[in-house]
Amino acid sequence: MKFINYLSNIAGIEIYPMISLFIFFIFFLGLLLFVFKADKDYLKKLENIPLETE
Amino acid sequence: MELERFSYDNGIVRKFAYASVIFGIVGMLAGLYIALQLVFPVLNLGISFTTFGRLRPLHTNAVIFAFVGNGIFMGVYYSLQRLCKARMFSDFLSNLHFWAWQLIIVSAAITLPLGITTGKEYAELEWPIDIAITLVWVVFGVNMFGTILTRRERHLYVAVWFYIATFVTVAVLHIVNSFEIPVSLFKSYSWYAGVQDALVQWWYGHNAVAFFLTTPYLGLMYYFIPKAANRPVYSYRLSIIHFWALIFLYIWAGPHHLLYTALPDWAQSLGVVFSVMLIAPSWGGMINGLLTLRGAWDKVREDVTLKFMVVAVTAYGMATFEGPMLSLKNVNAIAHFTDWIIAHVHVGALGWNGFLTFGILYYLIPKMFRTELYSKKMANWHFWLGTLGIIFYAIPMYWAGFMQSLMWKEFTQEGLLKYPNFLETVTQIMPMYAARSLGGALYLVGVFIMTYNLIKTAAQGSFLENEPAEAAALPAVYVEHGTEHWHRWIERKPIQFLVLSLIMILIGGLFEMIPTFLVKSNIPTIASVKPYTPLELQGRDIYIREGCYTCHSQMIRPFRSETARYGEYSKAGEFVYDHPFQWGSKRTGPDLHRIGGKYPDSWHYNHMLDPTTISPGSIMPTYPWLLDNDLDTASTSGKIRAMQTLGVPYPVGFDAKANQALMHQADSIAGNLKKDGIATASNKEIVALIAYLQRIGTDIKGNKK
Repeated sequence: MKFINYLSNIAGIEIYPMISLFIFFIFFLGLLLFVFKADKDYLKKLENIPLETE
Repeated sequence: MELERFSYDNGIVRKFAYASVIFGIVGMLAGLYIALQLVFPVLNLGISFTTFGRLRPLHTNAVIFAFVGNGIFMGVYYSLQRLCKARMFSDFLSNLHFWAWQLIIVSAAITLPLGITTGKEYAELEWPIDIAITLVWVVFGVNMFGTILTRRERHLYVAVWFYIATFVTVAVLHIVNSFEIPVSLFKSYSWYAGVQDALVQWWYGHNAVAFFLTTPYLGLMYYFIPKAANRPVYSYRLSIIHFWALIFLYIWAGPHHLLYTALPDWAQSLGVVFSVMLIAPSWGGMINGLLTLRGAWDKVREDVTLKFMVVAVTAYGMATFEGPMLSLKNVNAIAHFTDWIIAHVHVGALGWNGFLTFGILYYLIPKMFRTELYSKKMANWHFWLGTLGIIFYAIPMYWAGFMQSLMWKEFTQEGLLKYPNFLETVTQIMPMYAARSLGGALYLVGVFIMTYNLIKTAAQGSFLENEPAEAAALPAVYVEHGTEHWHRWIERKPIQFLVLSLIMILIGGLFEMIPTFLVKSNIPTIASVKPYTPLELQGRDIYIREGCYTCHSQMIRPFRSETARYGEYSKAGEFVYDHPFQWGSKRTGPDLHRIGGKYPDSWHYNHMLDPTTISPGSIMPTYPWLLDNDLDTASTSGKIRAMQTLGVPYPVGFDAKANQALMHQADSIAGNLKKDGIATASNKEIVALIAYLQRIGTDIKGNKK
């Protein structure tokens, strides 16, 4: 049940934050690419969803 | 295509709206009361249930989970039905959700003043209530996903993404932070200890702000601002980026609550970097909300709903600019533990959450009651009183925080602390505390006016319980129109969406926590740090029960101004037996990490009886009941066993002998008190508390001799 001290060390711990930053960066680039390539009419349809009800 | 007829459930929206208003008033009244206690300590009334330490968690829990929580459900239940073109999945689940949530709030309102608390901020509720929260959250999730899965609109509007992310993240946060081992029906110990407990707690605490006070309200913003302004959101592209960047980045930022503490340095730096990056999506969202009103600013002058929403989004912008600034180490060194943080959170709570809730209420109540708002004039009064209230609240608190922090840090030319007496820095900011109460009172008067206005509006209208609607059913098979992008795919698949957002939020948490939990070198062991004695453990539980952590920290940062005032700075290894950690987040009183051995036992006895006899002008409450109450020794062995389960190295069989050791130590403290002319039985709670206070931080003091 004790949650501490299972490992004495993780080699190269510094790389972990770098990896996650990299994951985010790639994801973010993909996102940017998508939103700028996205079809305008399609986005227009989406953004009007709240307004078309009632 | 054939149109299906159905109806929207307005009844459940009304219920949550009423609950939000009622508990909003309760939570704010509690806030005003404890604000006044700081100015007039006599308002603590000398009884346990009404002291600051017990009412402050009541205030925070009521405002976060009762006022804002019911506000979230009000807005979600209204907008989700319309965005999905479907009635809520199950009326039974809707009502179960409503009543169970209110029951949780009521049980919180009863247990917190009784001192039943886990001692972890914003997660104070004890384990039976934690389980109830989990179950209700599941009910909410089933109801929400049932609605989404039976929707008649193919695409999920951006607001719904925020709701999904809220659901999944709050579930993860609540479960991970609530791991605790029950000792009795109303007492449990956090599974984590010290640094790890602190990291989990502030990962939770920060993301409770992110995913309870922010993401659901952003979802509401994306629905209700376009509705109220009658125009689509400024940029749907921006909203996609806003959403993904926000949920990914937010989860990393927790450690910025622990800068300069005993948390490993790499984790602190990670928290800073991601907090600074967080400004981008936050401001993207704010800009998106405000620019939705482009070309419609004239409406803001007329429409009270929009007025409230504009100030709300602006307050969001201010708070999310300030957040990254506060996470910079040099700014944090000044702001942390001061009233600056109180100002910061109230800009968010009063401005962003409060005003958005009010805006939505002014929009929804007339609409559901099919009438006009009873009085626009009153609504305008509410708007100005609320705005002034925020200003009168925030400015004195910024002033107080900044001033007190500078006083803490000021040295004379001889190199001594200019204000060695902590109390002196408190009495200086009393006028600001008074002004803050005025701000809170103004804000509350506005809320009363709103309540009256809404009651009159409801009275003059007729409520539409089930709003008829019609829409075409979705075809069972989706026909693709040519090639499409992945994000379109994900927008049609709510379950996959849930999983993807879950992965996004887990990355940050795992990267921070796994190393802290698994790597030994992060928390260097100190040989002289020993488990608490049974009496100290009991005393510590009294410390937790009375909410001492709401005003006192146990974390001396490595600054000259703090080591000169308090003593040796705090080390990670000192807290390995602290279930839960009690580092605190605010210094209304001085830090206590080196209080052990600083004063004689009799000092503590007299100080707890009436602090002003020792420190004239002190605003600390009196604790006379500690002198009268008998210590509950029946719980000792159970507590020792629980600690053993958590890995605290008490010898095998110690639980049976624990009370013997407890009485032995208690007798010696009673003996000390007797020498100073204080006659007390050794089985009183005060004796246990003194034992704990005299122990805090002494493990490494002894080492140095």
